[in-house]
Amino acid sequence: MSLGKHLRGAHVDHCKNTAGMPIIPMTLPERVSIPMSQHIGAPCQPVVAVGDHVKLGQLIGNTDAPMSAPIHASVSGDVVAIEQFMTQNGRVDTNIIIQADGKQEVAETVVPPVIDSRESFLKAVRDSGLVGLGGASFPMSVKYNVPEGSAEYLILNGAECEPYITVDHAAMLSYGKEMIAGMKTTMKWLGIKHGIIGIEDNKPDAIENFRKLLEGEKDIEVKALAHTYPQGAERVIIYECTGRVCAAGMLPINVGCIVSNVVSMLKLEQYFETGMPLVSKFLTVDGNLVAHPQNVEAPIGTAINEIIDFCGGTTGEVKKILLGGPMMGRAIPRDDFAILKSNNAILVFDDLFANRPDETACINCGRCVDACPMNLMPARLSRAYKDKDVDQLREYNVMTCMDCGCCAYVCPARKPLNFEFRMAKGLVQEDDKKRKEKEAKN
Amino acid sequence: MADKHTNLIVSAAPHVNAPQDTASIMRDVCIALIPAVSVAVYVFGLQALILTLVCCAACVFMEWATRRIMGRPDTTSDWSAMVTGLILALNLPVSMPYWMAVVGCFVAIVVAKQFFGGLGQNFANPAIVGRIALFIGFATQMSTWAVTPRMSSAIVNVAGADAISGPTPLGLLAKGSAVPTNLEMFLGNINGSMGEISAAALIIGGVYLVIRKVISPVIPLSFIGSVAVMSLVFGLDPIFQVCAGGVMLGAIFMATDYVTSPITNAGKVIFGIGCGVLTMLIRMYGSYPEGVSFAILFMNILVPHIDSLTKHVAFGKEKGGKK
Repeated sequence: MSLGKHLRGAHVDHCKNTAGMPIIPMTLPERVSIPMSQHIGAPCQPVVAVGDHVKLGQLIGNTDAPMSAPIHASVSGDVVAIEQFMTQNGRVDTNIIIQADGKQEVAETVVPPVIDSRESFLKAVRDSGLVGLGGASFPMSVKYNVPEGSAEYLILNGAECEPYITVDHAAMLSYGKEMIAGMKTTMKWLGIKHGIIGIEDNKPDAIENFRKLLEGEKDIEVKALAHTYPQGAERVIIYECTGRVCAAGMLPINVGCIVSNVVSMLKLEQYFETGMPLVSKFLTVDGNLVAHPQNVEAPIGTAINEIIDFCGGTTGEVKKILLGGPMMGRAIPRDDFAILKSNNAILVFDDLFANRPDETACINCGRCVDACPMNLMPARLSRAYKDKDVDQLREYNVMTCMDCGCCAYVCPARKPLNFEFRMAKGLVQEDDKKRKEKEAKN
Repeated sequence: MADKHTNLIVSAAPHVNAPQDTASIMRDVCIALIPAVSVAVYVFGLQALILTLVCCAACVFMEWATRRIMGRPDTTSDWSAMVTGLILALNLPVSMPYWMAVVGCFVAIVVAKQFFGGLGQNFANPAIVGRIALFIGFATQMSTWAVTPRMSSAIVNVAGADAISGPTPLGLLAKGSAVPTNLEMFLGNINGSMGEISAAALIIGGVYLVIRKVISPVIPLSFIGSVAVMSLVFGLDPIFQVCAGGVMLGAIFMATDYVTSPITNAGKVIFGIGCGVLTMLIRMYGSYPEGVSFAILFMNILVPHIDSLTKHVAFGKEKGGKK
């Protein structure tokens, strides 16, 4: 059955108010609070103690577990506390609190890595502390550690399909050269033949910039993507760039692809050049309550409210703060959490977006079916979830849902569809477990 | 120290919604029916407006009252009862006694809609069920077609200058008499149910709905298209058949009812063709001169089966492959 030339999606207002704004480094915070779990996988253990003096880029957390990424000091100063408390993810985590001395002395360990083999390349990737910066926080060293020769495409994800967020766009305009250099290094050591840079066509200047930089280049091409949300979703961008179908439960490498966010690639190249690991994040600070919406670069571990203050503070009663865009971003209960590696936007709103409208009855209009990039039938899934009918949930492939939110966005009955499916996936997983136990008994 | 906010609103993503909601969709349907109501008032006189208002008021009141008696939240603000009232009214002859029209509203809103659980749960279009109930219960009143001077001479001549009722174009055709011209059929200078006379007015409403993305053109086009093709098969004038009776009103406003039509585009094509073919079969072989309502009702009942035939295959899943 054919999926068509393009996957479905939703037309969401772009609201890219900060487009074209440069990324401004924010003033150094007085202290940072750095959690030990900033990636999917095993959390790191602190390798510094209270009272230690640390320098910028110094390793402060690490673990032997393969599914992980090391964590580095984002400021120079003194470790004043190592405490357990809740982070923005809602989990209680070990946090290393560093009082900044304002000097930003660079650690002696920050030297360009020597890369002369696949192994040393992969070691450098891990030492960079990088995780997927598009939001998934999948450790980059794990993503890149693929069987030799299995990767055919390196896809650079510059879609940035979430409304409001413009940091990837800004970075593509300022650091296109570095991104291409990073791609070339990666392609060289992983033996990848084709590079594709996928950018939504609402950013023509970024596309133009790359096309110019790539003149005469044969192995890397720029692909203009439709400006339909969610072009930047991993499975969608793989399909749009290569026509390959990375089904649910598969990794991109199963279809010969590695997908990296553009800023991840930039940071990787910067690590190759200078040895400075990931210690700061580009963030779009916007929303209808921010006095001066802009793009900033903030040290990891900076409190969210300090970043908002750097942007002139707020101009009204704050009702909702999102980390990430309005389609997939998370609403946080308080604004004193620390910024993590995976964050790319802070959006501050008053009543706009604050409360979900009341849910009404499904009228079977089919808008959700027409919007689902995964070709699912959300209206049917919703009915199955309401009945807690696990067989129907499987029949309608709930596990294929990637939580992009197109269905809930277009729903005129304002049903929280993708949220229901998140719950429904739990039901299916529970049922799978029960079945397995039953089989084991027999 | 920065301002601290510790009591923010937390909810699941997405945090934005498309502008259209159920009420705005239903309101758009009402707006799209204004041309049809206007033509009805022009051709039949003020009586048409009064009957329309009676139906709307009755439907909204019954929706409110039934929900109240059942102890369920009020849903009159979603405009769906208003839509049912309007469409039911447009399916009636202008001479319909008010109390009979109100009985139709009762069947539509209370029996066909609320007894099945309200908006979204009804298996058939409420207005169609209401119309069919009236058609069977009050056959004479439902087939008394007023004649006014603003109608085609083909109708006025047959009925006689001072007649209060006369045959519809489809009735004339069945008898083998001369029928109104295609232009008269298209513009609405004919008799029939109040809202079905003017293809032009209904098409204007349909185009509005498509532009506003309220309906997709799939069902109207496949419905009307298959009526035209069937007419050619039977050697009839397709333009006459498409403009006669309730085809336009049914195809644009009744068959496109979300609740009682298939959810996928492939299903919509099957549904539209089914409606068109059945309409023509009833016109040709049935004992009634008109078959739109019965065709749509029958296809409404098939919708769950059409839906399961045209289920989407999820991304990365082979058709007929493992679940």
